[in-house]
Amino acid sequence: MALIKRWVHSLPHRGYATTSAVSSIRRLNVPVDFSKTQLLHHTKETIAGAPEFPQGSSTSRLNLFQAVNAGLRTALKEDPKTLCFGEDVGFGGVFRCTMGLQDEFGPDRVFNTPIVEQGIVGMAIGAAAEGRKPIVEIQFADYVWPAFDQITNEASKFRYREGSTGANVGGMVIRMPSGGVGHGALYHSQSPESVFCHVPGFKVVVPRSPTRAKGLLLASVLESQDPVLFLEPKILYRAAVEEVPDEFYTLPIGKAEVLKPGKDVTIISYGRPLYTCEAAIQAAEKDFPGVQIELIDLQTIYPWDRKTIMDSVKKTGRAIVVHESMVNYGVGAEVAATIQEKVFLHLQAPVMRIGGLTTHTGLAWEKYVIPDGTRIYDGIKRTLEY
Amino acid sequence: MKTRAIIRPLLRGCRYREGVLLRRQGLRWASDTWASGPAQKAGAESVNFPGALNSSFTATMKFHNPAEATAMPTYRIMDADGNIVDNTRDPQSASDEDVIRWYKNMLTVSIMDLIMFDAQRQGRTSFYMVSAGEEGIAVGSASALIPEDVCFLQYREQGVLIQRGFTLKEMMSQLFANKDDHGKGRNMPVHYGSGKLNVHTISSPLATQIPQASGAAYALKMQRLINPNIPPRIVACYFGEGAASEGDFHAALNIAATKSCPIVFVCRNNGFAISTASIEQYKGDGIASRGMGYGIDTIRVDGNDIFAVREVMIEARKRALEGNCKPILVEAMSYRVSHHSTSDDSFAYRAKREVEEWKRRDNPITRLRKWMENKGIWDEDKEREARASIRKEVLREFSAAEKVKKPAIREMFTDMYEELTPEARNQMKQLKEIIEKYPKEYDVSVHEGGVKTLE
Repeated sequence: MALIKRWVHSLPHRGYATTSAVSSIRRLNVPVDFSKTQLLHHTKETIAGAPEFPQGSSTSRLNLFQAVNAGLRTALKEDPKTLCFGEDVGFGGVFRCTMGLQDEFGPDRVFNTPIVEQGIVGMAIGAAAEGRKPIVEIQFADYVWPAFDQITNEASKFRYREGSTGANVGGMVIRMPSGGVGHGALYHSQSPESVFCHVPGFKVVVPRSPTRAKGLLLASVLESQDPVLFLEPKILYRAAVEEVPDEFYTLPIGKAEVLKPGKDVTIISYGRPLYTCEAAIQAAEKDFPGVQIELIDLQTIYPWDRKTIMDSVKKTGRAIVVHESMVNYGVGAEVAATIQEKVFLHLQAPVMRIGGLTTHTGLAWEKYVIPDGTRIYDGIKRTLEY
Repeated sequence: MKTRAIIRPLLRGCRYREGVLLRRQGLRWASDTWASGPAQKAGAESVNFPGALNSSFTATMKFHNPAEATAMPTYRIMDADGNIVDNTRDPQSASDEDVIRWYKNMLTVSIMDLIMFDAQRQGRTSFYMVSAGEEGIAVGSASALIPEDVCFLQYREQGVLIQRGFTLKEMMSQLFANKDDHGKGRNMPVHYGSGKLNVHTISSPLATQIPQASGAAYALKMQRLINPNIPPRIVACYFGEGAASEGDFHAALNIAATKSCPIVFVCRNNGFAISTASIEQYKGDGIASRGMGYGIDTIRVDGNDIFAVREVMIEARKRALEGNCKPILVEAMSYRVSHHSTSDDSFAYRAKREVEEWKRRDNPITRLRKWMENKGIWDEDKEREARASIRKEVLREFSAAEKVKKPAIREMFTDMYEELTPEARNQMKQLKEIIEKYPKEYDVSVHEGGVKTLE
């Protein structure tokens, strides 16, 4: 426990992390100050102003893993059909997301499985097909590939092939920590979301913060009649801390959220890079007075909220898509192609994609692979100057 | 997964510490069961390594060689001539009417095989897979299940469906992908499924159903834990010996054993996976020998002996539900008399003579017929009458199903998600526009409702 805490907690501060050590010279590639970001609810007051949350609820200051834990606890409490399993889930999970759940709900509902990803997902499909709601964990998104067949050939197609028998795997949620951490290298850094968007059947969700994680997770388990892939940006597990309503609430799957209105450029992103985008936007708006940049959190990567994005780009005429996963055939490709198809006449500049470089996340070069503040700032500048 | 070596050592260390901490606090901790004391007490004959309990020390260095072990025996009740080999095991649990019904069900599968194989050869259906030689495994095992038990099939288990009450009309609707097909015409022929009969729809990827079946069995167990009024149920999961080479087989048996799932795995070992003979599939003693390795009660049975298969399945089902539940592995031996599918000519890789010999010498249908004739409940006239009436019935449903319209075009988009996505709606509209713009290029009239369903 102590070791994990040290390991995860230290992520953004290590010399070789994406957002590298503070330097007096640097202006754009500086660490995100999570205590100041506008993307988190630092006080109850901002929650009170947001209609999607239960008004008058008490709140607790939680980080992302604690919010996931709270979401799981609520789901287990709300519905006896829920199950929670995966590798090392019983003792609380290697990222502490399932802490205390086995003691509270018993080893029949919260348990360890053998180390076999295809088995975990296969088991979840069968359990869901017989009416349970399995919330399973793949320890790292990098290790989802052994289960790829079960996800794409089986779970994705389950309702479709069953047809009028009505059997389906709604209520099944596959959680997985994803994204860069600064030193995860090849197999602790991947963001595989776009791969799962190529095959219909799953909803693919990436929360950006503790409040979003809890609400979206509860919606995935208790409301969605379709299976959900829930990617948790693991770099935020301890870094992102905010006030989270204690009461039960869900957030709509399939809806994008405009985080900051603007009129000149639309930036579409999700998960961890939203914070980098926010910092780059602040720098750009300072450097280019009068420019207002709109920031949108996609949240649900598939099926995605085309309307919110198109309405925004119609207004701004310029769009940039930012994500950590590789740019080639990534989420940005789909979003950019759809923008040019739907709002071509409104565009004043080519739609820009800023994603992970098309290479593997080698340990020594992670800070170059994953989009940083400088690349996003430069993207804004070039889009404005086009 | 060994690639996790980077992080795992760190995490393992943490977990160990956490475990010690919890134990000190007197909290329940999984490792209490295996590591509650020092690894080795002074003068002990055996050691409780956490990974192998009660393994005694030996001073003899012996590598355990599977070749030295005798093969697991094959359980049978009657011989190839339909004689009961051990009278104490005479299948008294079944009435003559039951036996005749099983026989007719096996005959139905066999007759349908011939008709559908030819129909595919005439191009009237796209594909078919026959079950010849394996009717006994399917019908015999299914006869031991209750209707509420849940089945996961591979594809060569038509007998399970028929024994559970799947009608010829339902079968033909699936084969012709018409609008009455439960799968809405989406799946290849022989990918049957029935909600009413608790049989999940068959999918082509091999072995994927096996871990799903373990999960389903766990769900059945949990349902009963929550509501003890639900009758105890098991999952029956079928697969071939070739599919057992897939990683999903390993995953499923290991999970079913560690999570004590009420499931009976039925492996149809018919000697071939398409062209690959079992000698190229594995080196061990069939599939049965693996069950022991997973800590699973296992039995090998003569799949051509429907009585043996049934008795084994009755006992397996009982054991699977005892105590805290547990999985059982049944390896049913048979010979794939038929080609693998209509896309396969098996004489390209095996001698026709060998196949003919199996067909003639031993198969589950003639074996049961001999038993019935010995008992005086069946004869040549009844045989002729049964074959004629089944054939007539199959052909009638065949012609009827062939004439039924295909499912609505709209159904190609539905059920991907519970609700149509905006993208699907948009593509429906685009498809409709194309069809209306180029009406001569498409024959939409074969589909229920024509192009209108795309609105």
